[in-house]
Amino acid sequence: MTVTETGGGATGQDAADLLTVTGLVKHFPIRQGLLQRQVAAVQAVDGIDLTVKRGETLALVGESGCGKSTTGRLLTRLEEPTSGSIVFEGRDISHLRPGQMRPLRRDVQIIFQDPYSSLNPRHTVGKIVSAPYRLQGITPEGGVKRAVQALLETVGLNPEHYNRYPHEFSGGQRQRIGIARTLALKPKLIILDEPVSALDVSIQAQVVNLLEDLQEELNLTYVFIAHDLSVVRHVSNRVAVMYLGKIVEIADQQSLYTRPMHPYTVALMSAVPVPDTKRRTERERIRLQGDVPSPINPPPACRFHTRCWKAQHVCTTEEPPLYELEPGHRVACHFPENAPDQRTPDGPLA
Amino acid sequence: MSLTSEREHPVGGARSSAFLDVRDLRVHFPTDDGLVKSVDGLSFGVDRGRTLGIVGESGSGKSVTSMSVMGLHKRGTANISGEILLDGANLIEASAEDVRRMRGKRMAMIFQDPLSAMHPYYTVGNQIIEAYRIHNDVSKKKARAHAVEMLDRVGIPEPHRRVDAYPHQYSGGMRQRAMIAMALSCDPDLLIADEPTTALDVTVQAQILDLIRDLQREFNSAVVIITHDLGVVAELADDILVMYAGRGMEYGTAEQIFNEPEHPYTWGLLGSMPRLDRDRSERLLPIKGTPPSLINAPPGCPFHPRCAFEANTGGLAQTERPDLVASGTGRGHNVACHMAPVQRRQIWRDEIKPML
Repeated sequence: MTVTETGGGATGQDAADLLTVTGLVKHFPIRQGLLQRQVAAVQAVDGIDLTVKRGETLALVGESGCGKSTTGRLLTRLEEPTSGSIVFEGRDISHLRPGQMRPLRRDVQIIFQDPYSSLNPRHTVGKIVSAPYRLQGITPEGGVKRAVQALLETVGLNPEHYNRYPHEFSGGQRQRIGIARTLALKPKLIILDEPVSALDVSIQAQVVNLLEDLQEELNLTYVFIAHDLSVVRHVSNRVAVMYLGKIVEIADQQSLYTRPMHPYTVALMSAVPVPDTKRRTERERIRLQGDVPSPINPPPACRFHTRCWKAQHVCTTEEPPLYELEPGHRVACHFPENAPDQRTPDGPLA
Repeated sequence: MSLTSEREHPVGGARSSAFLDVRDLRVHFPTDDGLVKSVDGLSFGVDRGRTLGIVGESGSGKSVTSMSVMGLHKRGTANISGEILLDGANLIEASAEDVRRMRGKRMAMIFQDPLSAMHPYYTVGNQIIEAYRIHNDVSKKKARAHAVEMLDRVGIPEPHRRVDAYPHQYSGGMRQRAMIAMALSCDPDLLIADEPTTALDVTVQAQILDLIRDLQREFNSAVVIITHDLGVVAELADDILVMYAGRGMEYGTAEQIFNEPEHPYTWGLLGSMPRLDRDRSERLLPIKGTPPSLINAPPGCPFHPRCAFEANTGGLAQTERPDLVASGTGRGHNVACHMAPVQRRQIWRDEIKPML
């Protein structure tokens, strides 16, 4: 029961919407016994709506188990949704067969988190970066080798390293190889699944700057998945906060960071350690109790109620829908921060 | 309580020794490719009741340092020289048996990944009990009661039930707490935390950092926290040592490092990070280049190939290794850089600080 987000037109899609996701659900079955009956399911993604506009960076933020990586994989159709729809440039790609998806793979690409396992260690850099051409049966102008060398240069690597193997490069350089591979087919949309989390701080900054430059030069659209709120603030135009398979808040970057409304978002921001010694004592901290519940058995109604300091009884019985409380700022909460209550408080939880 | 002038910085010169006193530590690993100089002349000190944060990126030698203090390098794989004094006792010269006796009792370590650090076949309770019974002559029943008490102390709910669970049955945050319980079960004087929260979600990280802080206050332990996250050291550390290529680049109190840093590498780290507490900047300011090889570290100052101010040293940075010496403010702030302190401070004030 969430409000579908539309770009600006009253119905369906705006020309500027590259990707529209409606009611997306992905459950991973848990099977047991000789007959492998399904006994439960991991409700990784449980009904999310999103729109990604051309040229923007939409960030998906959340902690482990929130479903952001699964969402990223669904958007590239590395997984098939259990239900819901994914519409890319006006075409419903939710249940296309691999053969039908193949031409679309030129337009939607993914960069993975781990620069060590995402490159085949037995292939040279040249073979890795040229793989997209081979798989799509395309010969770029000037030949494959020249195109690959141009790509290596674009991402700041030495084109002469065409014949080297991944293990001869550092983590940051490997991530650049992954980026070069992603750019080969001139995609429109790139899903970045924690692209800098595995890198050292100083290398992270290099790769973040590179990604920003590439976006501007090549008119790319990014869906940036991360858990590091500081990096997300730096790169994104809009941010969606996920918790246990649901989007709990989605807003413009500035709106979200200056006026977060969902208690989870507030707690998340409060928990980020900032490199400022004065703030050790001054800062108001919100400490969440306990750990994130299991996505196999998520709490009923509002999934955050087990850890929320504002939870009332209605939070355990009625799931809060994603309401637009301010222009461009949607929250799924009955008692948001920085905004008026959406329900009457009916007694706090014990 | 900042570093007082009577107790000069623990690098050269006479001084009263700190509770943990590391002097000119060198840890070299002979390999087929050459001698890997993971730690190459490191000195620092930590007192009881204080927290030292060791900051560095991969390959800086911070983990190798902590493993050396704990005596966890397999004899024969590493050439260790220098001194590691724990309350006066030299750990490098001590026998393996003596070090083993001290491990757990006087010094304990928390590792980055609790799932791989704990034994998967034994219950959490058993692992805590084992550690406790090695150092204390008590019955199993008493040891178990102590284990339950420790689990409760670190905030694990229903500790009398959870004590019989296996590590894989705990969540990430709970496992880290259990590891902290194990480390503190014998009330050690020194606690080393090696990237204790890197593998955890940020909300759980905040809980764990609070826990470490509270426990330090309660047990008055000396704490060394090793991390690449400057935010984490700002939260927890009283003093900070910045490491690069196996050496100390800058050492001072947390206030000095964050408010008046004097080493170009520290400036680079501060500039590389996007910050929640400042206005959103147009571009991050990365450090150019990549971390150096530890087999063939650059001659002279190991940071010089990546340093934007290398030219100011008149070629000295390329040939001569700078020592970690007092910066001249007389308050225990030490920097390993050939640039004159006055020039460094001016660059920080006029060029670096306004950009952050």
